[in-house]
Amino acid sequence: MKRILFSLVFFSVLIALWEGAFRAKIWSPVLLPAPIQVVQYLENAVTDGTLFHATVITMRRLLVGYFIGILGGLPLGFLTARAKIFHDTIGTLALGLQTLPSVCWVPLALLWFGQSEAAMLFVVVMGTLWSVVIATDTGVRNVPPIYRRAALTMGSKRLHMWFKVILPAALPFIVSGMKQGWAFAWRSLMAAEIFVTILTGFGLGQLLHYGRELSAMDQVIGIMFVIVVIGLLADKIFFSPIERFLHRRWGTSQA
Amino acid sequence: MLRHKTGSVTEELAVISPSKLLIQNVSKSFRGTAGDVLALDRVSLSVAEGEFVCLVGVSGCGKSTLLNIIAGLEKPDSGTVLADGEPVTGPGRERLVMFQESALFPWLDVLDNVLFGLKLKPNLTRKDRYDVAKYYLELVGLTRFEHANIHELSGGMKQRVALARALAPNPRVLLMDEPFAALDALTREQLYGDLQQIWKARRKTIVFVTHNVREAACLGDRVLLFSPHPGRIQEEFAVDLPRPRDINSVDLAGYASRITRALKNFSGSELAVAE
Ligand SMILES: Nc1ncnc2c1ncn2[C@@H]1O[C@H](COP(=O)(O)OP(=O)(O)O)[C@@H](O)[C@H]1O
Ligand SMILES: [Mg+2]
Repeated sequence: MKRILFSLVFFSVLIALWEGAFRAKIWSPVLLPAPIQVVQYLENAVTDGTLFHATVITMRRLLVGYFIGILGGLPLGFLTARAKIFHDTIGTLALGLQTLPSVCWVPLALLWFGQSEAAMLFVVVMGTLWSVVIATDTGVRNVPPIYRRAALTMGSKRLHMWFKVILPAALPFIVSGMKQGWAFAWRSLMAAEIFVTILTGFGLGQLLHYGRELSAMDQVIGIMFVIVVIGLLADKIFFSPIERFLHRRWGTSQA
Repeated sequence: MLRHKTGSVTEELAVISPSKLLIQNVSKSFRGTAGDVLALDRVSLSVAEGEFVCLVGVSGCGKSTLLNIIAGLEKPDSGTVLADGEPVTGPGRERLVMFQESALFPWLDVLDNVLFGLKLKPNLTRKDRYDVAKYYLELVGLTRFEHANIHELSGGMKQRVALARALAPNPRVLLMDEPFAALDALTREQLYGDLQQIWKARRKTIVFVTHNVREAACLGDRVLLFSPHPGRIQEEFAVDLPRPRDINSVDLAGYASRITRALKNFSGSELAVAE
């Protein structure tokens, strides 16, 4: 309760400062609109459906690519953890590519796929995949051998062993890899949408881009706000509950 | 249908005949940084149906290796292991292992840990498995903790869960690798009593590894002494005391000191034995 109050006060002060800066006319109103203008923009964008439409398009790109990245990353990570040949090849590749900021995939995606949904998808998949591969690899390597041995004596093997022992035992690592993959994918998708106009759909990044073109600062700030909220929601709705569950089960401490 | 279900639970909980183990000339060496280590050198032993045998020896003398070979988790370089006349070629739920660290799965709660092996047994309904798991949790006195997370349990409770998990698929042989070594003395004493009781009720063949001589004398029908480098069975003691045995009894202390003396004779200064 107290914490809610504190954060309410904190954000009220922040908005008051913004309003103050606007009234003091430190910057031109074109560069710094009043908070109420941003709210009005968002209101309009909500009522005329542009915001909803753009959010759906962006989220579809993100989620489809993200799940492809995870579905591909898990088995690849298992392979690199279990077989030397895959470790030396795909594992090394993953390690290298993971250090590449995922925005760097944008130019390549454009040349390969043109201004298409495929290019967007490619960027998101690349952002997700390598993080998941590496986290899965690390997770599987860190499974205490005694779990395998205990499961073996009870009759677990092959697929059962993978799904009921190795995967859950590696889950804390895998989840943190998924979280990192999400962050990479989200950032690189925004960059791609800002740089590239794709006629099959205007995402949030494109709204942001047009806000700049039109010098519509209320739009720019409004969309930034939406992007922040989506990031927060993903954390609160998806990752936090999983992490809380893991902490509770494993007994690891939670910050 | 209903009759069939109840039938399989009683069947599942029935006391089945324990196995006879025959270990013949088993040798095993490991490639180490300082050359090959002969962990076991032509070890032979037989364990009767329902017998409780303790293996004692300083650490590094090959006790765990032997236990893993009996379990089928490792292959001997030469020699054979027969369980009821059948050669052991791999791990199987007829011979379940309880390790020193509990090896419980932290992603499952207590009940699901006990259910793990049961879910791999064919021909059991959901309810059967649940009833069987509850039976064993009660046997080890942990009914109240069925939904606890593993990390919330004390060391002694963890080993009780591990015992329930190993007992649940109704194996004929229980292989125990220093299961109580990490526990405090009071908890251990309690578990000695419980284990003897459970062994009597469930009739298992037990091979129990320890480096604690008193513990071996308290639990075993026979105590086998291992010598290190290479690992060999050096001597054997039959413990002829009525059960249940009390770890603090004078008679037991007599056995323990005789065994300790024998152990000192061939393990020299490498002594990590007896309390
Ligand atoms: N996987 C392994 N690789 C190499 N050496 C091993 C391995 N397992 C056991 N050893 C060696 O074999 C010997 C016996 O080990 P172990 O059976 O664990 O002894 P104990 O259980 O009696 O303490 C030791 O010298 C140990 O270093
Ligand atoms: Mg050992």
